[in-house]
Amino acid sequence: MRAPTGQEIAAGEILLSVDNISLSFGGVKAVSGVSLDIRKGEIRAIIGPNGAGKTTLLNIINGFYHPQQGRITFKGKSRSRMRPYEAARGGIARTFQNVALFKGMTALDNIMVGRTLKMHRGFVWQLLRFGPALAEEVAHRRVVEEIIDFLKLQQVRKIQVGKLPYGLQKRVELGRALAMEPELLLLDEPMAGMNLEEKEDMSRYILDVNDHFGTTIALIEHDMGVVMDLSDRVVVLDHGIKIADGAPSDIKNDQAVIAAYLGVAH
Amino acid sequence: MDLLYKIFIDPPVQMGAAPDLLVQALWEGCVSGVLYALIALGFVLIFKASGVFNFAQGIMVVFAALTLVGLNGHGVPAFLALAITLGVMFVLALAVERVVLRPLVNQPEIILFMATFGLTYFLIGLGELIFGGEPKVMISDQLWLPGGAYRIEIFGGFVQLQKIDIAAAVIALLLVAALAVFFQRTRIGRALRAVADSHMAALSVGISLEQIWVIVWFAAGIVALATGIMWGARSNVSFALEIIALKALPVLILGGFTSIPGAIVGGVIIGVGEKLGEFYWGPLLGSGIESWLAYVIALVFLLFRPQGLFGERIIERV
Repeated sequence: MRAPTGQEIAAGEILLSVDNISLSFGGVKAVSGVSLDIRKGEIRAIIGPNGAGKTTLLNIINGFYHPQQGRITFKGKSRSRMRPYEAARGGIARTFQNVALFKGMTALDNIMVGRTLKMHRGFVWQLLRFGPALAEEVAHRRVVEEIIDFLKLQQVRKIQVGKLPYGLQKRVELGRALAMEPELLLLDEPMAGMNLEEKEDMSRYILDVNDHFGTTIALIEHDMGVVMDLSDRVVVLDHGIKIADGAPSDIKNDQAVIAAYLGVAH
Repeated sequence: MDLLYKIFIDPPVQMGAAPDLLVQALWEGCVSGVLYALIALGFVLIFKASGVFNFAQGIMVVFAALTLVGLNGHGVPAFLALAITLGVMFVLALAVERVVLRPLVNQPEIILFMATFGLTYFLIGLGELIFGGEPKVMISDQLWLPGGAYRIEIFGGFVQLQKIDIAAAVIALLLVAALAVFFQRTRIGRALRAVADSHMAALSVGISLEQIWVIVWFAAGIVALATGIMWGARSNVSFALEIIALKALPVLILGGFTSIPGAIVGGVIIGVGEKLGEFYWGPLLGSGIESWLAYVIALVFLLFRPQGLFGERIIERV
C-alpha cells in the first residue's frame, strides 16, 4: 500500500471525527467546541502551544476522558463518549507523552501484551499451555518478532524496558501499539526528548508504518520541522479552541497561528 | 566465653550428635514453610495484579474454610461443599470488584489498602453471623486427605512424617507451579502483570481492568481455600487462623512481593529458620523465639536486598 496524495486525502473517507467536543476540569476549559476529522490513510498532526488541549483531545478519542458535550464518530458509528476497551477493540492504538510501558517486563513481553485482543483461547487452555493455546502463542510470537525486526529492536528484546534508554523505550511503545494492528494510531509527542538522529529514525518509522500498513496516524508534536515534513494535514489548537486547520503550507503562513506561537504586537 | 560456646559450638555439636532430630526439625521447618508460602501466594497474586497489599487475605482463608466445614455440617457431601465453596469465592471476587475496587479506581494505593481493612472486618462479621464463632474441625477424612504418619528409621533414630504434611507440600507445590507458568507464559498472565505495571497503558491495549481483577481475586480465593483446608487440618478452623496470615509478611519481604517462586523459597527459609532456631538456640533465649525470629530474618534481608530474593527490580530514574 502507498501513502495517499493530498488530493486523495481531501476526497478520502473519514475514519474518525469529533464534533463540537468540550471538556472542562473544574473551571479550566481544556477543550471547547472543537471539531475535526481524520481521514483514512493520512498523517494528521495536532499542534499548539503548551496547555492547548492536544493531549486532552487524544484522551477523549481513545476513551480515557469523557467529553461533557459533543459527539465522536468512529468508522461510521456515532457516540457521545468512547470507552478505552471499545477504542482498542475498534482499532485505535496509542503511545503516551511520558512513555507508559510495563516496566517490569522485557521489550518482547511488552509488545506481546499488544496482542492481547487478538488472542482468544480460553482460560483453561492457557493454564495448560497445551494444544491450540500453544499454537496460538507461537503464531502471535511470530507477528511480534516481525515488529521487532521492523523497529530494529532485536538487540534489546530480552531486556527489561525500565533499563533501556529513553529513545528505545519510545520505540518499544510504538511496537506495542503496532502489535494491535491498529487502523488509527495516536502518537503523543513521539519525538519528545530525542536527539536529532533518534528523531530522524522515528520519523522514518512513522512514514513506513503509514506507507506499508496504510495505518492512519494522528500525532502531537512540537518540532515544527518534523510536523511540516510528515503530516498531510495539520490542526492547530490554542487554549482549547481550534484556530486553524489545513495543509502544512497554509498553516505556516496563517496569521492566527503565528500569533498564538509568538504573541501579538499591540 | 560460655555464651559464645552456647551460640556457636554447642548447637552444631548437638546436630551432629543426634542427626535424626536434625532431620525431623528440617522436615517440620519445610512443611510449615510451604504452608507459609501458600498464604504468601495469595498476597502475591493480588499485589502483582493491582499493586495492593490485600490485608483481607487472612480472613479469606478463614472464611473459605468455614464455608466448607459449615456446609458439610448442614449435610452437604464434602466434594459438593468444596465445589459450592469455590462458587462462593467466585461470587466474593465479583462482589469485591464491583463494590470495592471499581469505585476506587485510580485512587492512591493506600486507599485501596485501607479498603481491604474494611473488607476484613466485614468478612469477620459475616463469618461469625453465619457460622458462629466457635472453632470447628476440618473434614479431612471426607476430602480424602490422609491421616497418620510414616515412621522412618534414620541414623539409628526415628523421623515422623505426618501424611497430611506430605499432602500439603505436594498440593502447595502444584499450585505454585501452575500459577508461575500461568503468569509467565499466557495471555491472561501477561495482562495481569501489565495491569500491575500501568493501568493506563493496559487500558490502551484493550485489557479490561474489571475482568482482570475478578480473575485475580478468584485465584486468591482458590489459594485461600487450599490454605484453609491445609491449616485447618493441622489445627482446626477458627478465626485464630487469621493471625497466621501475618506470618506471610516476612515471607513476602524475603521472597519479593511480586514473585511466585519467591513466595515458596521465602516460605521455606522462614519455616526452616524458625524450627532450627527453636530447637537449638531457643533454650538459650527462653522459649517463644518462634514468634519473632521470622521478622529478624526478614529485617536482615531487607538491608541487603530491598526487592526480595526474586522481586522485580524496577529502576526508577530521577
